[in-house]
Amino acid sequence: MTAASPFRRALPRRGGSIASLLTILSLAIYVGAALATGQISQLSYEGVVGLAQRTVALGLVALGQTFVILVASIDLSVATLVSTVAVLASFLMKGDPAMIAPAVAVCLVVSAALGLVNGALVAYAGVNSLIATLGAGLVVQGVLAASFTYLPGSVAPQFLALAYKGPFGVSYAILIFAALALGSSFVLSRTLFGARIFAVGGNLAGARLAGIRTERYVVAAHLICSLMAGVAGLYLAARLQSGTPWIGRDGIYDLESIAVTVIGGTVLSGGRGGVAGTVAGVLLFACLDGAFNMLGVDAFFKQVLRGAIVIAAVAVHAARTKGHVA
Amino acid sequence: MSARAILRALRQRRLGVSINIGLVVFVALYGAIVLVQPNYLEPGLAMNFLRRAAPLVILAVGALYVILTGGLDLSVGSTVTLVVLAASILINGDPARTWPVILLLYGMGLVIGISNGVIVAFLKVPSIIATLGMMLLVNGVALSWSGGAPRGDLPDNFRNIGRLVLTDAPVVGSLPIAVLVLAAVVALGWWGLAGTLFGKRALAIGDNPRAAELAGVPCRATRVAAFAVSSLSAVTAGILVGGFSGVSVIAGKGMEMQAIAACVIGGADLLGGRGVIAGAVFGAVSLFALFTLLNLLGLPQALRDSVQGAVLVLAVGASVWRNGKAT
Repeated sequence: MTAASPFRRALPRRGGSIASLLTILSLAIYVGAALATGQISQLSYEGVVGLAQRTVALGLVALGQTFVILVASIDLSVATLVSTVAVLASFLMKGDPAMIAPAVAVCLVVSAALGLVNGALVAYAGVNSLIATLGAGLVVQGVLAASFTYLPGSVAPQFLALAYKGPFGVSYAILIFAALALGSSFVLSRTLFGARIFAVGGNLAGARLAGIRTERYVVAAHLICSLMAGVAGLYLAARLQSGTPWIGRDGIYDLESIAVTVIGGTVLSGGRGGVAGTVAGVLLFACLDGAFNMLGVDAFFKQVLRGAIVIAAVAVHAARTKGHVA
Repeated sequence: MSARAILRALRQRRLGVSINIGLVVFVALYGAIVLVQPNYLEPGLAMNFLRRAAPLVILAVGALYVILTGGLDLSVGSTVTLVVLAASILINGDPARTWPVILLLYGMGLVIGISNGVIVAFLKVPSIIATLGMMLLVNGVALSWSGGAPRGDLPDNFRNIGRLVLTDAPVVGSLPIAVLVLAAVVALGWWGLAGTLFGKRALAIGDNPRAAELAGVPCRATRVAAFAVSSLSAVTAGILVGGFSGVSVIAGKGMEMQAIAACVIGGADLLGGRGVIAGAVFGAVSLFALFTLLNLLGLPQALRDSVQGAVLVLAVGASVWRNGKAT
């Protein structure tokens, strides 16, 4: 734990201030849009739960991406993995409730396998993480699209509960996301493993000299990232009843998860940041989407605004960076 | 020399010549194409191959400038889409408007490139995020301008840049205009890196930005210029794509990653400071040869992604092994 103390003192302040600022801003945008358009129902209990529901898929992927970026790596294969798991889940269940547990297990094993491959390529083979994960993602995407040219059936009806049922109208998916976010935050800020993740990302050579087996932590971060993306895929399968080979790509989960992580204050060069900022970044995207819908912004113009906001949101805190950024 | 000794010599670069990995990959892949379809050795088909590869090669040359400075440009694919859609809307079938509109397209490209550069160099936003935002923005502009469907029309004098083939050229027999454009861009790209102060500065920034700054390199201006070069090459590629593929709302989809992959296959270091134009060119034609080969083999469209991904990882893995250090 002693290794963690300097990080713990320095980090939450930076991450924390960005996170709370982003949260306030996001909620202001959402509430402002609801009041301005008179859609007060969006502010009711159901409206807010709906907003939370919208954070789940991107949020899960971004949690994993945060681990990967903290070790100064990056994962471009998550969008493909989300599609793969969603399709695989529908294919294996084929509407049969008895197949829920085996299907979920297979999906998580597949996710873990891709995470291990990504991690091994980056940490042991020394392949640049952008290329390694882009390549691994393309391989999986190709196999997926070649195997499933039709819709592979739907998930078991009971499985839909994951996305639609839960205590007090809050779906299990939201609870799982919240639990994973809190768990990730705890792991990163309170455990030796978390401290070493920061150490590996902050100074690879230094961490190695300090006796940390840095490769293992890079692999572990990729493993966590792929498992989170796998859970996001399972959630989307439950949400849509059936996976399609293009839901991951259409959601741009790869680039958007990187964007929200960086908006939340985690730096791409690794070693600084945290989960709180990422969750706030996801909330910003969800609130913007909600606000755009309420204001009836045209779908294409929405994309223009999103692009501008991604740049502006990062520029706000990056502009003070001293030194060079490429 | 035994095979093992040759491998060792290659690894330690003791053969005297530095062989670009992209060239090796290209020769292997084009050889495989010729085995499947021997008439790819004829100048006509070879020229046609180059014509179709031209947009990707041009994008790779532009992408290399940004990669050398240590950045990435993800906005080029959407710039290609914007160029194709804007050209067909603005020209709308009137041949007299072709050249003024082309000038305007380069103006738009310059605005996109300079914006990217300013966001990265002055606002300190990492280029992957800055150009991702620009990608969404440009794509949104292109789609809302065209209403999400191809509109307008491209006249023949615009499309000829991409598809006209001069049939009675000396030596080679047939010569597509696109290949002339390609040759000009590659020559310009090579001169820009090897023959100008700007090129040396771009390399210096990518290698060690702090040292470059202390040595008096105007880092910010150089970065902005590199992004401008990348966007201008995207406009050129877009004009060619519009020429031979016609108008489509997904004209440039995925091209940004292909251009980056081409540079990397050609030995460029994504951390900056290392890479040559020849490598980017060989990387791009390798990638295109791979697409062509998979096409000739009749592999399902989907599996081509898989093979492309595997080749990408293998090519980079090979260069890591050759250099004995991580990229």
